[in-house]
Amino acid sequence: MSSALRLENVVRIFEPGTVNEKVALDHLDLSVSAGEFVTVLGSNGSGKSTMFNIILGSMFPDEGRVILGDRDITRMKDYRRAYDIGCLYQNPLRGTAPNLTLEENLALAYTRKASPSFFALNRKDSAYFKEVLSSLGMGLEDRMKTKMGLLSGGQRQAASLIMATIAEPELLLLDEHTAALDPGAAEKVMELTKKIVEEKKITTLMVTHDMDYALEYGTRTILLDSGKIRMDLCGEERAAMTPGQLAEIFYSRTRRRGSR
Amino acid sequence: MILDMLVSAFGQGFIYAPMALGVFISFGILKTPDLSVEGSFVFGMTVCAQTAILGHPVAGLFAGMFAGALAGACTGLLQTKLRIEAILSGILTMTGLYTVNYTMLGGQSNRYLQRMSLNDLGVEVPSPVRTVYKLFQSALGGSLDSSLSACLLTGIIAALTAAVLILFLRTRRGMAIIATGDNEEMVRSSSINADLARVGGIMIANALVGLSGALLCQYQQYADLNCGTGMMVMGLASVVIGTTIFGRHSVTQQVLAAGAGSLIYRCIIQAAYKIDLPSYSVKLLSVLIVIAALAVPVVTQRRKSVTGQRGQKGGGQV
Repeated sequence: MSSALRLENVVRIFEPGTVNEKVALDHLDLSVSAGEFVTVLGSNGSGKSTMFNIILGSMFPDEGRVILGDRDITRMKDYRRAYDIGCLYQNPLRGTAPNLTLEENLALAYTRKASPSFFALNRKDSAYFKEVLSSLGMGLEDRMKTKMGLLSGGQRQAASLIMATIAEPELLLLDEHTAALDPGAAEKVMELTKKIVEEKKITTLMVTHDMDYALEYGTRTILLDSGKIRMDLCGEERAAMTPGQLAEIFYSRTRRRGSR
Repeated sequence: MILDMLVSAFGQGFIYAPMALGVFISFGILKTPDLSVEGSFVFGMTVCAQTAILGHPVAGLFAGMFAGALAGACTGLLQTKLRIEAILSGILTMTGLYTVNYTMLGGQSNRYLQRMSLNDLGVEVPSPVRTVYKLFQSALGGSLDSSLSACLLTGIIAALTAAVLILFLRTRRGMAIIATGDNEEMVRSSSINADLARVGGIMIANALVGLSGALLCQYQQYADLNCGTGMMVMGLASVVIGTTIFGRHSVTQQVLAAGAGSLIYRCIIQAAYKIDLPSYSVKLLSVLIVIAALAVPVVTQRRKSVTGQRGQKGGGQV
């Protein structure tokens, strides 16, 4: 199977040559097949965020290559690669413009793939947005003219999810996107995530700290520590794993910073 | 009497209305203080003066806009490509433009819109060049007096400018500029070049400011290097007056409010002159207006929260 995303020998060192030198990514190799849904585990400082930043282009690697589909995007500008990569952060505020309406936010997110039109808001796109929003079953289709900042965290994150996927990206990155939500909203957003990812067959990487989520969702689980992959779980081995066992592996293979 | 004052105030208000729209774009939409306004206003003025002296008053207005856009591009590139802070970028452009403007006026600090020509006796004398205002008045067949026709022409230009701006802000590019001011990260992750949107926004803002400079130059028939001083605060005064009175629910509403604010601001200034305040009091007056208008929401908010607390306490006692 062809790989949708490949990280080859990626190195990123912060403040090299100083006492604060920190190897964030240590010759990291990762290959994700098209349509795969990978859950990413790792403690704070394990290199998850650096890996995401390097895939998104908000940071460049010191060594190594990033390949999306069959293109080398190692040095491509962040907004250019965003054409094919959707992203969702922990903070629902990060991915949306609060003073613009829900409809305007969607229109902007859709701009990269929308058919040319003079005005950003037009009937054809709006009808499509309405249809997509009503599929969420959250009543958001009636709030298209509401300013994004007035929606609740859960509604906003659901809207962000639509914004990240409406342009049908090749790759979706989810950075603990339910961590800031209440349990009910988190559950809802996770369900929607699963549904959308499966429907559109988007290759997905999801960072989570929740052992249940890590096994319940997706098709593969990796554990990152000190900038390297310490565990790579899929297939039957993964199916047989319980959250408790996973937690044990997590603690045994993660560097304990407190005890040093 | 009152009518004369209104015509004069509105005439001035319309001239400065595009500038208010420009300040609204940089301050209200992009949320960055753009001090290059003071330079680009004069740049629009001096470039327009030169073009008008060469005999092209209408082209002068467009040249003034273009000059402003150029100044804006400079500030925008300093901000985005060199990551220089917004305030400093503006100051650098403004200061640099002083030299450019001085040069544009041929090494003088001011210049009348006139050209040397031979009179009937064969003597070389300066004669005023054509301006859009004179052209418009003669096009109307002289049926209106000069101040009224000037007010009308500037009003039409200001209204057209506002209409085009409102339409533009509804296009995809326009909305990208609005979103860049709101959340730049979201714009980037929507695969839109946020730097380009920012530079474009600052260019449009300064083009509008340049248009105001060009209009003023033709209206008063001279260009002066000192005309730019305090322009940003005046523009800001117009914007805050307008949005405080007419609200800020949608971008369209805010554009119209900024334009209307420019008219009201000029009425206030006219009234100040009427009660014999000296002309140099305008700057301090503008500053006070801005502070007052900015204070209104803060004070009402504070009062609301205080009475709210009292109300709750009272409710508890009952």
